[in-house]
Amino acid sequence: MSIEARNITKRFGAFTALDQVDLKIESGELVSLLGPSGSGKTTLLRIIAGLEHPDSGTVHFNNANATHLPVAQRKVGFVFQHYALFRHMTVEKNISFGLRMLPRSKRPSRHKVAERAAELLSLVQLEGMGGRYPSQLSGGQRQRVALARALAVEPRVLLLDEPFGALDAKVRKDLRKWVRQLHDELHITTVFVTHDQEEALEISDRVVVMNHARIEQIGTPQEVYDQPATPFVFRFLGKVNAVKGGLAGPTPVPDELDARHDSLAFVRPHDVEVLRYPNGSPTLAATVEHTNAAGSVARLDLRLRATGELLEVELPRARHAELDLKPGEAAYVKFKKVRTFPAADAAFASEPADAA
Amino acid sequence: MAGIATTLIRTRLVAANRPLTGDPAWIRWLVMSVGITFLVVTLFIPLVAVFTEALRHGLAAYFASFTDPDALSAIRLTLFTAAISVPLNLVFGVAAAWAIAKFQFPGKSLLISLIDLPFAISPVVAGLIYVLMFGAQGWFGPWLHAHHIKIIFAVPGIVLATIFVTFPFVARELIPLMESQGDTEECAALILGATGWQTFWYVTLPNIRWGLLYGVILCNARAMGEFGAVSVVSGHIRGLTNTMPLQVEILYNDYNFVAAFAVATLLALLALVTLVLKRLVEWHASRQEDSTQGALS
Repeated sequence: MSIEARNITKRFGAFTALDQVDLKIESGELVSLLGPSGSGKTTLLRIIAGLEHPDSGTVHFNNANATHLPVAQRKVGFVFQHYALFRHMTVEKNISFGLRMLPRSKRPSRHKVAERAAELLSLVQLEGMGGRYPSQLSGGQRQRVALARALAVEPRVLLLDEPFGALDAKVRKDLRKWVRQLHDELHITTVFVTHDQEEALEISDRVVVMNHARIEQIGTPQEVYDQPATPFVFRFLGKVNAVKGGLAGPTPVPDELDARHDSLAFVRPHDVEVLRYPNGSPTLAATVEHTNAAGSVARLDLRLRATGELLEVELPRARHAELDLKPGEAAYVKFKKVRTFPAADAAFASEPADAA
Repeated sequence: MAGIATTLIRTRLVAANRPLTGDPAWIRWLVMSVGITFLVVTLFIPLVAVFTEALRHGLAAYFASFTDPDALSAIRLTLFTAAISVPLNLVFGVAAAWAIAKFQFPGKSLLISLIDLPFAISPVVAGLIYVLMFGAQGWFGPWLHAHHIKIIFAVPGIVLATIFVTFPFVARELIPLMESQGDTEECAALILGATGWQTFWYVTLPNIRWGLLYGVILCNARAMGEFGAVSVVSGHIRGLTNTMPLQVEILYNDYNFVAAFAVATLLALLALVTLVLKRLVEWHASRQEDSTQGALS
């Protein structure tokens, strides 16, 4: 089922959670809403679910206006960050809750309900755990029960609110791979809220980057990573160096940087080329401050001589070994790929709250 | 490292054998005996006295006290009053706690203060409020008289006064519990298609059952034992408007000590049963609390 949010605005007192947001999610897509806390992503999800009502704007399911449809009739599956399992019910009762609450005329037989619960238990790989209580499960198991419970009612849409936020890194990685696989099997339209860019880039068909109650950019993971529309997206998705425009002296970067003195150049650490000697083409002179080759790539901290700015660089280990740069030595850099933004825009996007 | 750990453990073992504060033994004994003496004098001796006085002339005289029609009527009235006021306060308490814990609305803090009012106010004043409203000289007195409705010096007044006094027990017990539980389970139930009533019945109620039972037990104990407010509105008509606590007072004033203490033993037994039940519920609730915390961690 396709979901469309049209011109949604939502305020909580003086705080604006969503400011005229438009979003269209196609049927069968897995879309993540990515942004720092307070960016409005969870509010948007809760409005789609019907747990909150927009101050203005409308929500459409399959092009039908669902803005005033009560929660119970929306047929959405929702997974909460802290599981929200019914603590006094066994896993099986939790999973079958939605079926057992159906009006008598639509309710499947006891036998059918038990069968469906068993089916879902095996889908989430928790066979034989039906008799346990939520308190007897690990965090990852609880979240899988929550997912099974949401899927039991055959929802038209699956909404996940930071589903792995409360889990440790290892479980989180396993679960998100598994959610992606599950989505590929079931093809259910899925909206996924997260503040973890790695998570969003790894599992989504499209990523919606949000900041300050607005959508900054919508695109495939590769689009938002390679062609960030705004300085905020640039900073939020992965590491980036922001270098002042108007560099003194001969500049090795695209001409536009040179021309605009009030702009910032954004360059990713792996888009910097490092040379031992200037090779004729325009380069920037720098001093090596620190090197670290532990890890899949080598990391260098270089201080630009012209502006005194620190540049983080990532090099393939082979290239690093070849250069053999030591702290204190001189180096010359070229930017393979750079984008400039007016300094005013860039300053607005500084320090996203939890870009980690 | 291992050396440090061993030293730590040894220090702890030594510490466990010594009192934490390091006060001399005689001070500890003094503090403890003061506490125990106080308990014996104010609680234990009176309790024993109630039973010894009641049984002073033997079991026959003790049981004979309960065959007195006035005593029987007092017992019936007390049970009747509790049977009305406890369920009403249960429903009210759950509704109020639900509203306060799960919703935001203007006047919420005022409602919380109002729920506490019966605790803050003297029961005698509570009784007087009803006399002022429904008594012969009260606001609604003439109208009630004209329609032959009797509230003051009759059973309805006693029930009203009891409801007022026992008003906060259930709500007070539930509000913090429901607030700590939050509303995500309810949200989850609604999203899964449950109606509001199903959500309450299958999700909210099971989560608060022990707190609810605890509140009901306390509410019941107070409803049966209330003296002040009921005394003001009762009129002390023997065999008609005397509850058990009032009956004890009347018998005592009549120098009918055995009967007075016999009825008092019933109230004392009620208190003991309440304590045992309360303890049981607390035990269950703490077990549930453990599993809840497990679910959150």
